[in-house]
Amino acid sequence: MLAPLSWLKEYVRIELDTNTLGNKMTMTGSKVEEIKLLGKDISGVVVGKIEDIKAHPNADKLIITIINIGDRKLQIVTGATNVAVGDLIPVAIHGSKLANDLKIKKGKLRGEVSEGMLCSPEELGISKNLIPEDCKDGIWILDGQFTLGKDFMDELLFREDVIEFEITSNRPDCLSMIGIAREISASTGEILSYPEINFKKIKGTALDKVEVVIEDDEGCKRYVVRVIKNVVVKSSPTWLQQKLIKAGIRPINNIVDITNYVMLEYGQPLHAFDLDTIKSNKIVIKRAADEIFRTLDGSDRGLNNTMTVISDGNETIAIAGVMGGAKTEVKSGTTTLLLESANFDKDMIRLTSKALQLRTEASSRFEKGVDINIAKLAADRACQLIELLECGEAVEDVIDVYPVRKEKRKLTIRTKKINELLGTDLKPEEIINILESLEICANRSGDNIDVLIPTNRDDLVEEVDFIEEIARIYGFERIKSTMPKGSVVIGGRTYSQNIRGLVKEILNSCGFNEILTYSFVSPKSIDRIHTNENSIKKNCVKLLNPLGEETSVMRTTLIPNMLEVLGRNSNRMVTNVHAFELGSIFIPSTQTEISLPNEIENLAIGMYGSADFYTLKGVIEEMLNQLGISEYQFDVEKYHSTYHPGRCANIIIANQVIGTFGQLHPTVTENYSINGNCFIAEINYEALLQYVSTSKRYVALPKYPTTARDFAIVVDENVYVRDIEKVIVKNAGEILEEFELFDVYTGNQIEGGHKSVAYTLTYRHADRTLTDEEVNLAQGKIVDELQKKLNAKLREN
Amino acid sequence: MQEELKNIEICAIADIKNTNTSEEIDKVRVKYLGKKGELTKVLRGMGKLSSEQRPVIGKIANNVRENIEQSIVSRINKIKQEELNSRLSSEVIDVTMPGQKITLGKKHPITQSMDDLIGIFTKMGFKVAEGPEVESVYYNFDALNAAKNHPSRDMSDTFYIDENTILRTQTSPVQVRTMEKTKPPIRIISPGRCFRNDTPDATHTPMFHQLEGLVVDKGITLGDLKGTLEVFAKYFFGSQTKIKFRPHYFPFTEPSAEVDATCFKCTGKGCSLCKGSGWIELLGAGMVHPNVLRNCNIDPEIYSGFAFGMGIDRLTMMKYGIDDIRLFFENDMRFLNQF
Repeated sequence: MLAPLSWLKEYVRIELDTNTLGNKMTMTGSKVEEIKLLGKDISGVVVGKIEDIKAHPNADKLIITIINIGDRKLQIVTGATNVAVGDLIPVAIHGSKLANDLKIKKGKLRGEVSEGMLCSPEELGISKNLIPEDCKDGIWILDGQFTLGKDFMDELLFREDVIEFEITSNRPDCLSMIGIAREISASTGEILSYPEINFKKIKGTALDKVEVVIEDDEGCKRYVVRVIKNVVVKSSPTWLQQKLIKAGIRPINNIVDITNYVMLEYGQPLHAFDLDTIKSNKIVIKRAADEIFRTLDGSDRGLNNTMTVISDGNETIAIAGVMGGAKTEVKSGTTTLLLESANFDKDMIRLTSKALQLRTEASSRFEKGVDINIAKLAADRACQLIELLECGEAVEDVIDVYPVRKEKRKLTIRTKKINELLGTDLKPEEIINILESLEICANRSGDNIDVLIPTNRDDLVEEVDFIEEIARIYGFERIKSTMPKGSVVIGGRTYSQNIRGLVKEILNSCGFNEILTYSFVSPKSIDRIHTNENSIKKNCVKLLNPLGEETSVMRTTLIPNMLEVLGRNSNRMVTNVHAFELGSIFIPSTQTEISLPNEIENLAIGMYGSADFYTLKGVIEEMLNQLGISEYQFDVEKYHSTYHPGRCANIIIANQVIGTFGQLHPTVTENYSINGNCFIAEINYEALLQYVSTSKRYVALPKYPTTARDFAIVVDENVYVRDIEKVIVKNAGEILEEFELFDVYTGNQIEGGHKSVAYTLTYRHADRTLTDEEVNLAQGKIVDELQKKLNAKLREN
Repeated sequence: MQEELKNIEICAIADIKNTNTSEEIDKVRVKYLGKKGELTKVLRGMGKLSSEQRPVIGKIANNVRENIEQSIVSRINKIKQEELNSRLSSEVIDVTMPGQKITLGKKHPITQSMDDLIGIFTKMGFKVAEGPEVESVYYNFDALNAAKNHPSRDMSDTFYIDENTILRTQTSPVQVRTMEKTKPPIRIISPGRCFRNDTPDATHTPMFHQLEGLVVDKGITLGDLKGTLEVFAKYFFGSQTKIKFRPHYFPFTEPSAEVDATCFKCTGKGCSLCKGSGWIELLGAGMVHPNVLRNCNIDPEIYSGFAFGMGIDRLTMMKYGIDDIRLFFENDMRFLNQF
């Protein structure tokens, strides 16, 4: 909302400088977005009068004008075509500065002296979309009493501060100069004064000629009509144009400008019909049929029965509260007006405006709510201005169809509650003063206060709404800061949140960076990672209105996002990437009553560069160990099509597969343009969480020495080391402390199809030093069993 | 015999002086002091001496042994020192060569900010509560007193799954869920992912992060909200930080305010970060609307509360001078490694 300071001053005294006022307004809830100093770039432009126009001897398209600027006359050559002798115009004299850093100097144009320039509105910094129709393509012709030679910007009140307010959606009453002035009055303590409305009325009743019927009483709550006769449509005087321009509205003609002026002043949108084009002299407010209607901007719009329209009984003549029709538009030559000041349902206007994608100054006010009780006042104000501009005469009678009157509602608010919620110690009198400054009628009733809710304040419903009013005018900055008293509370994270932090720390320590990616993905991503045909991952939660295909379903796996990140880094020549993400996947609910999907937190790990299968496996093992999980194992996984069929394993805890990891399938690697081998894991974090153990217990340090023995065996190359290790563990007895695989070898000296596997076994007894015999016995048993079970041969040396 | 002993001493000391290594000196020791050594040999002849001579010669012999041993020890020490010196000089390395590369991973910058914030609020007695990203319209809007026609419900603002299900646009639904199942006193923060139908640009992404807070108890005041947020701002931005409450409008709080903090970069003098104002917009806050309490079966006549919410992504951008929010979700390692 743009509010020129001079306009606001018509209703309230403002003595503060604009910045101080702005701060005060912001701190009481009317946020100042910007203070614009109009005309600050313009200097040396004065009001002039054209006294003579001569042809230019050397140019057909130029003319020579003689301009009176009060104390002297100037000769100025111009190419303008819209000027005539007697016109008042802005003149840029020698040394003046205009918009866009344009500087004007004396000079010669085709041999003729030119001592300045006649200015267009644009050259004076008026934005193109605000330039009045009549001087759109030329020099700004003024209409009014101005002193020749006076500074143009000062004389037209264009050199001033315009404050742009952000009006929150609960305060449509502030979408008007008077509304803002009311807030200024409450903030500064200055008294608010309203325009005095009076105008001459001519005899003859409107009712004789016009009939108004509200058929759609849901869409229209009040309809006021005034009839204006002897209308002369022409441009508005400059003072009116100037005010509209500063408030951001383009002047059109005197009638339209007056309706806009009243809308800006009171917040009530008005519409003027050319009454002679309404043959039936009837106004019916009803729902639209399925019809095409041409609005006054020349567009054809498709209407339907959710929209309220104004009809002449036969056909639609306006879309209620949104835009009038082309046929009944006021234009030059219009002699009789039907002036509408109505109140339409805000929800319906919002939906209509949205459906038609047509947002106007009127609709944007109606959809937020307009005070129903100012409809007649606003119509009268328009009549007063019409009289002032001498462009018509209002008929005495007024039509006001207002079936259900809206009255001020009474409410009692409690001083105690107010102070309890704000942490203040306000007296009832202070509260009453604040409310009265906002024009809310308030009376003391014991310790409580009876208020009457003004009809322009639909945001005030219950006690707490008044508490807000009191707090903001009293000043949030005056309320003392305290800390919550009362019950003892213990803060902190939950167990699972703490473990999440631990997992992140473990992976950080292993050199992995945490990544965050969108929760939604492309449905194609599921195919890009070669998901098995019948996988549940293909059943995704879909968005109705995604930004695009790329983000149209909720992810059922973290792998595609991880691979996108790896691919992006690979394309950007980042050579070594270790990354992980902890985030949710979304599985559609199978129960029909519960519509929310299951959100399961998963962990994805991905790496390329200095990495192989066993690096990733080592990280997973270390993570499990650090989480206090010891009973895990890895099973061969050959059928997960995202992975290399020979380099993939499942992580198993208590017979449950909680995750899969391995080398990415080369085709998938290619799909994501990742350079080199890539290793990934996806683990169900929530399943993992059940097995995490953070309890720790001390074990005494050993007192007796260890005995270490190495051996190497040759086995078939398809034998898994896990099976060898099972035999070792089973046969070594309790004295085996640990074993370590230190070599796997194929090649020279080893029979084809076989491999050599070498271990170091470390033995220790807790209570004594072991004898060689004991260790030899255990070692011998292991080797014997390996021969029997796995057909292993002990390698000599 | 006496002379013989003296002679041995002189020879031994001369031999010791000529040694240069531990091995050489060991040989000298064996030569003179060993079982078959020269001194031992002489001492074996002691039995032939008279009882008067024996103690005298014995004393001399002991003297000689002590002298030889002493010079061996001092020679050994000297040799060891020399050997150590030569080892040290042979072990000189180029200390300007690079260290072994050890890389710790980093938490995502948004997680780091989130952890900072959580740390501050948990110290102030807040528990961390979480909820689903796919939420019902009821929890995201209705229960929070958002008008049926509130524009934030539009498809142009909110992602819908079906007419009753959306991607949450704020983490406030967690507050409602908590109030439904917990009796006051309640003191929670809810951090997490949120979604709005925004086309990505330098300041918007369709997914972003919020942290919201809620306190409900008997006698909670607007002053308490101010105090709590003041403490938070001082922890987060430094003890000189001031905050300012500007009245504003949110459906789920009344009174509502937007809260600014003095710019942490220029401490309020005005700089490019705060666009010269000295203030940065920090969060939205207010007293929980009685309708919201009622929706959760909490009696607003007995209890009151405050709530606040802030965008983590924007705070993190300001903190590190990041000029494009999309960088957070590109996850370029060269970006992540900076934090």
